Amino acid sequence: MSSTLHMHGGIGESIKRKEDARFLRGQGHFLDDFVLPRMAHMAILRSPHAHARIKSIDTAAASAKPGVIAVVTGELMAQHKLAWMPTLSGDTQAVLATDKVRFQGQEVAAVIAETKYQAEDARDLIEVDYEILQAITSPDQAKESGSALIRDDKEGQKDNHIYHWESGDKAGTQAAFAKAHKVVRLNTFYPRCHPAPLETCGCIADVDGVTGKATIYMTSQAPHAIRTVFALVAGIPEHQIRIISPDIGGGFGNKVPVYPGYVVATAASLLLGRPVKWVEDRTENLISTGFARDYHMTGDLALDKDGKMLALRVHLDSDNGAFFADAQPSKFKAGLFHIVTGSYDIPTAHVTADGYYTNKAPGGVAYRCSFRVTEASYLIERLVSNAAMEIGMDQAEIRTKNFIQPEQFPYTSATGWIYDSGDYPKAMDVALKQLGYEDLKKDVEARRKKGEVTGIGIASFTEVVGAGPGADYDILGLRMFDSAELRVHPTGKAILKLGVKSQGQGHETTFAQIVAEELGIPAQDVLVMEGDTDNTPYGLGTYASRSTPVAGAATAMVSRKLREKARKLAAHLLEAAEEDLEWERGKFFVKGSPEKFKTIQEAAFAAYTNLPEGMEPGLEGVHYYDPPNMTYPFGTYAVVVDVDKGTGQVKVKRMVAVDDCGVRINPMIVEGQIQGGLTEGYGIAFMELITFDAEGNCIGSNLMDYLIPGSMETPKFEIGQTVTPSPHHPLGAKGVGESATVGSPAAYVNAVIDALSPYGITNIDMPVTSDKVWAALRSKGVTE
Amino acid sequence: MFPAAFDYAAPATLVEALALLKQRGDDAKIMAGGQSLIPMLKLRFAQPALVIDIGRLPAMNGIARHNGHLSIGALARHVDIERNADLAWLCPILVDTVHWISDPLVRNRGTMAGSVCHADPSGDWGSVMLALDASLIARSESGERVIPADGFFQGPFTTTLRPDEIVTEIRIPMPKGPAGGAYNKLERKVGDFATVAVAVHVELSGSKIAKAGIGLTAVGPTNIKATAAEKALVGHEPTDEVIVEAARLAAEAAEPKDDIRGTAAYKKDIVRVYVLRGLRTALGRAREVKA
Ligand SMILES: Cc1cc2nc3c(=O)[nH]c(=O)nc-3n(C[C@H](O)[C@H](O)[C@H](O)COP(=O)(O)OP(=O)(O)OC[C@H]3O[C@@H](n4cnc5c(N)ncnc54)[C@H](O)[C@@H]3O)c2cc1C
Repeated sequence: MSSTLHMHGGIGESIKRKEDARFLRGQGHFLDDFVLPRMAHMAILRSPHAHARIKSIDTAAASAKPGVIAVVTGELMAQHKLAWMPTLSGDTQAVLATDKVRFQGQEVAAVIAETKYQAEDARDLIEVDYEILQAITSPDQAKESGSALIRDDKEGQKDNHIYHWESGDKAGTQAAFAKAHKVVRLNTFYPRCHPAPLETCGCIADVDGVTGKATIYMTSQAPHAIRTVFALVAGIPEHQIRIISPDIGGGFGNKVPVYPGYVVATAASLLLGRPVKWVEDRTENLISTGFARDYHMTGDLALDKDGKMLALRVHLDSDNGAFFADAQPSKFKAGLFHIVTGSYDIPTAHVTADGYYTNKAPGGVAYRCSFRVTEASYLIERLVSNAAMEIGMDQAEIRTKNFIQPEQFPYTSATGWIYDSGDYPKAMDVALKQLGYEDLKKDVEARRKKGEVTGIGIASFTEVVGAGPGADYDILGLRMFDSAELRVHPTGKAILKLGVKSQGQGHETTFAQIVAEELGIPAQDVLVMEGDTDNTPYGLGTYASRSTPVAGAATAMVSRKLREKARKLAAHLLEAAEEDLEWERGKFFVKGSPEKFKTIQEAAFAAYTNLPEGMEPGLEGVHYYDPPNMTYPFGTYAVVVDVDKGTGQVKVKRMVAVDDCGVRINPMIVEGQIQGGLTEGYGIAFMELITFDAEGNCIGSNLMDYLIPGSMETPKFEIGQTVTPSPHHPLGAKGVGESATVGSPAAYVNAVIDALSPYGITNIDMPVTSDKVWAALRSKGVTE
Repeated sequence: MFPAAFDYAAPATLVEALALLKQRGDDAKIMAGGQSLIPMLKLRFAQPALVIDIGRLPAMNGIARHNGHLSIGALARHVDIERNADLAWLCPILVDTVHWISDPLVRNRGTMAGSVCHADPSGDWGSVMLALDASLIARSESGERVIPADGFFQGPFTTTLRPDEIVTEIRIPMPKGPAGGAYNKLERKVGDFATVAVAVHVELSGSKIAKAGIGLTAVGPTNIKATAAEKALVGHEPTDEVIVEAARLAAEAAEPKDDIRGTAAYKKDIVRVYVLRGLRTALGRAREVKA
């Protein structure tokens, strides 16, 4: 559309994404595109065992290989006090193993060579002698008395338990359950899956031997926070560290943590005085970097005789892997899981969580999710549908009956959340109309009579995103604000610098549109810059749907600051009083005389050329935004499935998704986020799985085993919307990047369970694969 | 994921290729489309000292009918089968099957002969070859051999092909009467290797089944020919009873293992379901030919 070029690009306009011009031409600059002079290459040797003691490491043959510059082991790292590093959850993690390996794929040694081929050839020559220990692959096994102690490195650690965490009102919940007419229970396992971004993780560390300055190109979603962590871990002064996150090929949470490879490459560059590049291959990414979920959950829902919800009780066991390295606000051990009461007005709730070490990869990142809200949403939405089934109530009706009503906002939930805004009945209504729910139900009935297996699933999720108010949300003590720095050049063109970092979300467009709306400069004239810590203001990064709620708000605020200065400049130019000027997007005019105006560009020019007496020159500013609250996007998703009785295969016939993320800045980008999220939700519901055999071998270590949906199996999505602005966000916007991944898995699974419910089947854990459906059907005697 | 070092040769003639193979047989690997070999190299599962690329050998990519059989050259790509207008009526099961093989990228390069020689028990062509009673033509410096598909597969990735031999052609006998086939495959996503797949071929003589072939994919150490099920069909009218019994026998012939794709019990039952479905389709197609 050539018209995009001529559009102003304010809020609500679906202008084309500025960044796509380079991405679609293959002209993006991703980490592996960077080649520095004298750059060496690093390959990491990883443990083949899940749990083993290292008896010896022989690097002689590897060191002797042509092209090898250095072989690094844990012992060498220990000499520099870098064998261990802190995690984002206040635990420690091995950089290179010195004592034991604790999961398959753990970093044991690294080879630095002239070429990547040489590095990999030499890596295969390192000989490690292991004494194999018992592998622990689940919380249940971790709990068993006498099971191997994984973290024998930690003083005082006597078992594999990491944390116990509670939220809500235990006594009140107990009392409510005692009075319940009906209690519905769901035991479910949200399996381990992986963000699996198409671009794997990597870095190029370039420590200047003369100045000592460390420039690190890195696939990081949070470059500023990483810089601070590096300063703390490596002891390099913070101003001597520059992190550059170039174009990123998908993150989904996977690129938030600090990985051992970054630390080793940086140490190697420091010691060798040469740039060192390290890029993971697919298997390394899948077996060693931040996974997601792995929650074993039990939910009990207490109902009265009319199907009103009285109380919710949840317990979960979290499988955290070998090091507690979840990327989440320090205060919350199980992330934001206690949002588990979801969209419902449940008077009282009690949540308990226990975390366990296992011999699996560490780093519970929130895969396209705001810190465990996905698991919470899944549990409550599955539980509510099962409750409807058990009491014989329609699954839409039980939801509508128990929704928090529009007039109850701001609503304080049983676990203490203050929901900002919502209109849940409306989203439900729009979804059901789009679906043709009443007719569809009749159709399902008729087809079931003919022996067909078909069903409908609904999920009405509420998310909590935009971390967050600094008082409650921090990563390693760093408050989760974000920032925007805006500079308008004399000719009225602007550069906006942000502390967040796009991984494909379209920041270069969306944030330019906020400036276009608030400062009146066309979006085309606003260059958005992110990802270079030397040249952007501090921020906590992009994950947990926080960029628009936090950095977007900062952008609006800084634009408004500049607009106020521009008003003074316009008044000066028009020789009018400031109070007599009115703002219309792009210009100030004199009240009552619209022909007397000055454009924002004219005001900007004046800032450098023709200032009122005593005014500081220039038109630029910075704003650090600490949000007063989280934002609570919501929606209703509905899915229709057919099940093949012979093979157990599930076909998604329809998927209706009604989202409410408040005000939509670029509706096309929002829809793109939703389409992508629904696709990943489909993948999680039906195919994505990282699992382990009894020895702790990771199954799912390549994309033939770890399945991600392609265009052929992804259902067609019917997208709808309602708009309930956030009352506290300057633009009324809420986060949206993750809603669909959070909300859709339960809708898909609910549809399958609804289809199977006539046969008495009440649960199948994800991924809902054809063999599980087949087994459930055959167990009830259903066959072809 | 970088391969270990290897030498590369791309001979211009079959004679040269056979000489090179004879010389270096044990530490050399033939490469046709590379769609199985290159992944093995990349994962360092295969580390041959020499890769002999046969892609440039002339006159090995034809698809033609010759005295009673269909001849498919060893360098005919999957895509050549997909796009061949005659095969749609000459041997529809081939067209059925080719659509199940991965994606256009793989089909543009990979060959049927390469797939059969690779002998992956999850490969699709092996079962089709067993169902159709195909043969392979193998050449070496000492001459030419005709190897029936039945018996060719010895185990996972193992065949009766000798290290000095190159397969030049696949021969599929043309049916004598009305015939039909079908290939059903259960995959977890498009382009995936089979969880289970079943190739079915029938030839009719009057109202009776004159010839039957059933090949099973991904349910044993090799593609499996379900001989007992075939026997139970031949000479009979294809009644429901006969079909159900053949399906039961075919499931019995399967020796699947539990894995991430499903349990052994699941896979056996899918064999049964797909033999039922495949026979019904194949018989329908055969009757259409007759009419
Ligand atoms: C992503 C992906 C998905 C796939 N999915 C499927 C699928 O769903 N179903 C399926 O059946 N296959 C699948 N394949 C495999 C594909 O069909 C391969 O093309 C085929 O297995 C090998 O054919 P090729 O010509 O590429 O052989 P190559 O890879 O070149 O060779 C394979 C083996 O056969 C030997 N060989 C090849 N040609 C000859 C010859 N003429 N004489 C003697 N030996 C020879 C080679 O030495 C080697 O050992 C997939 C492959 C990929 C990469």
